[in-house]
Amino acid sequence: MSIAISSLTPSTIAETSAAKVVSLPMQGRLSLRARDGLDKLGAALGLSLPQKIGQCARADGIEAVCLGPDEWTLLLPLDQVATVTEALAALMPELPHALTDISGREVTFRIEGTRAAELLTIGCARDLSGVAPGEARRTLFDVATVVLWHDGENAFRMDVWNSFAPFIAQTLEVGCKELAAEAA
Amino acid sequence: MLLIHCPYCDETLPELEFTYAGEAHIDRPENPSEQSDAEWESFLFLRENVKGPHFERWRHFHGCGRYFNAVRNTITDKFYITYKAGEARPDLSALLEDEK
Ligand SMILES: [Zn+2]
Repeated sequence: MSIAISSLTPSTIAETSAAKVVSLPMQGRLSLRARDGLDKLGAALGLSLPQKIGQCARADGIEAVCLGPDEWTLLLPLDQVATVTEALAALMPELPHALTDISGREVTFRIEGTRAAELLTIGCARDLSGVAPGEARRTLFDVATVVLWHDGENAFRMDVWNSFAPFIAQTLEVGCKELAAEAA
Repeated sequence: MLLIHCPYCDETLPELEFTYAGEAHIDRPENPSEQSDAEWESFLFLRENVKGPHFERWRHFHGCGRYFNAVRNTITDKFYITYKAGEARPDLSALLEDEK
């Protein structure tokens, strides 16, 4: 049986001695694609767009991560989505880019606790020691493409597409319980 | 598990993040309508099927999303090099010499 998740009702998925997994409230998410004029786009956002894949920038409630050579995801409060959309639209047509509102597409899990990184290894083949705190990466968790944010020691966030969220939540819940049972 | 170096991310990552995308350096004809049936067949279907070092495309699907090229030995699965799409085909003999 999989867990029913609504991104509108944040809840605790699992909490054990190993880690705590929580689904976070709905938030604004924008996908930005652009090749040129990154300084102007960044200025309109109030931050400097990172250009190395996996690097993040934060300012004014906005978190930006560089996911590809011409791709960024912006996380921001829902009530800032319209403002940011307008600010970037004002740069058209001189500065061609694509900004897409993907707020409804994903849900974010917060994963924290002494064994948070170990919990992620049940679905992630990547060596997470290569993702420094403050950075993020798009990667594969079990069957789903996710964006993993390394917020600090033993603290991560995982952005998951809605359709995968119930399965990923259940996988994390089982992992949380098994790690705790092992330790007992 | 194979580890593959993505030339865009500049990281060496598990193969699970990547998908295979066939032989590399197959150029689409400038004027498709001027192609003979035989030339079109060759473009669409005929591949080298190399035993040994093979120029091939990969995509960092669960990552930066980019297609890139690689030289992989189809017998041993060893990757000699990966490079960005659009870059010139590397000199195979030099690559194999480096291996010795
Ligand atoms: Zn990549």
